[in-house]
Amino acid sequence: MHPSAATELLHHILDFLPSPVFAVTLILLKIGLIVLPLMGAVAYLTLVERKVIGYMQVRLGPNRVTFFGIKILGGFGQPIADALKLLTKEIIVPTGASTFLFLVAPIVALVPALAAWAVVPFGGELVLSNINAGLLYVLALTSLGVYGIIIAGWASNSKYAFLGAMRSAAQIVSYEIAMGFALVGVLIASHSLNLGQIVEAQRGNVFTWFWLPLFPLFLIYFISGVAETNRAPFDVSEGESEIVAGFHVEYAGMGFALFFLAEYANMILISALTSVMFFGGWMSPLPASLAITPVIGTLLGDGIHWFVFKIFFFLFCFLWFRATFPRYRYDQIMRLGWKVFLPITIVWLVVVATLVILHVPPWFDAT
Amino acid sequence: MVQQLVFYAFAAGLIFAASMVITVRNPVHAALFLVVAFFASAGLWLLLEAEFLAIALVLVYVGAVMVLFLFVVMMLDINIAVLREGFARYLPIASGVAVLMLAAIGYVVGHQHFGLNRISQPEAAAASYNNTAVLGRVLYTQYVLPFEVASVILLVAIIAAIALTLRTTRQTRAPHPGHQVQVMRGDRVRLVKMAAEKPE
Repeated sequence: MHPSAATELLHHILDFLPSPVFAVTLILLKIGLIVLPLMGAVAYLTLVERKVIGYMQVRLGPNRVTFFGIKILGGFGQPIADALKLLTKEIIVPTGASTFLFLVAPIVALVPALAAWAVVPFGGELVLSNINAGLLYVLALTSLGVYGIIIAGWASNSKYAFLGAMRSAAQIVSYEIAMGFALVGVLIASHSLNLGQIVEAQRGNVFTWFWLPLFPLFLIYFISGVAETNRAPFDVSEGESEIVAGFHVEYAGMGFALFFLAEYANMILISALTSVMFFGGWMSPLPASLAITPVIGTLLGDGIHWFVFKIFFFLFCFLWFRATFPRYRYDQIMRLGWKVFLPITIVWLVVVATLVILHVPPWFDAT
Repeated sequence: MVQQLVFYAFAAGLIFAASMVITVRNPVHAALFLVVAFFASAGLWLLLEAEFLAIALVLVYVGAVMVLFLFVVMMLDINIAVLREGFARYLPIASGVAVLMLAAIGYVVGHQHFGLNRISQPEAAAASYNNTAVLGRVLYTQYVLPFEVASVILLVAIIAAIALTLRTTRQTRAPHPGHQVQVMRGDRVRLVKMAAEKPE
């Protein structure tokens, strides 16, 4: 159903509500429509991760918890079982911890990961909030995720947690700069900060998407995204071999679960943003003429399913990295961020600006 | 109406957080209250339709500056009791200075300078108004010279900061990444061929 048609229908059903209440209800419903599938995706991403890495390491992965007793779906109940286990565990506050901050930290970690979804366009008109400064908003919110980690590390009153928090803070601040510069390239190429218009600017085929003219920026953005989410091979903030579990070593039960929710929601967010900014968001890689084919035309044309497919591809890359690469040493991480990524982004900004000024086809001839 | 409520909520939050920054005992808590204060003022700027400034405030101050601030404050072992010593002794002079400052501020930005009779209410911008684009245009045309001068000053500051902390002779034993990358298997592993030995 078309989004505006759905709004119309809701208007009829909720006719009895006064208009400001209706507006708020509508927004809450939309938020629910984004957050609930996202939470489901996070839960099953943990299963996908364990399965994918399992197969990469010639293991089976989780296969004991079945789904309603159906044998062939072995492992499908695992995320639900995990969630129930974490929900029923006791929440332990360590001695000498700053109780309020200790309890608030997981929430602070999760909120930016969810709030950034407000501006992500799922389709031509499928966006919760179509704001002009969308790109800046996303950048600002992804930079807030570090607070959850720092506060958790400090409030835990534990040396391991504190070391993890310090590592994470330095790492995230470093990679944010390269990330921001990569986004400046996207801004120059698309002439807009609005995520929907950024996708529109890539209209055409696979080769008019921005990954080609902005290839180094795309790589740097995605790798910085892996570093920002504290995923392997950049997961020194929870490096098991040196500091047990890093910033969340003192957390049990739901606090621990919220940190994981935040990490996986951030992974999905980075994947979504990479596909929006470099891979044409909801656009189909097939030529537009195929979209008018009867029956399967909707599948071949532009649509949210392509967006989901691209997100899934980048999520797979996250898991692939984790199964493949050994953890970076701390000085290597810093060197990569400051001495490799930053100069490359600055050089490529000049290249992109030149391409835009010269109206190089097929990307910039229209503007 | 709703806008006014939102304004008062943010303003109250800002004043509360700002006063907590200077009254709480724990420096980490103070830094976190400063973060809250930044958020509240970003909210106020959003109400003024200055979305670029609001987001830049969150991005630069909350996202980067305060993280480094917390980084340093958490590592310091500040003894508040020592810092608070002599509070009573300096109270008379301090309160005198405070009253003087307050009077000066009141004189410069007092209520007589504001109000709808002095400055008429600005019209709300159209929905298509793009604050970022407008700001960028003004910054790179009308004010391009001051903007460039400011950037040069910032560049000088960056170079000075690096020059102050740079040690000419590197004392660390960190391996050189370039050398590490060029290492071949032959440099580290030696295959030894030998006949199988049979114990006596």
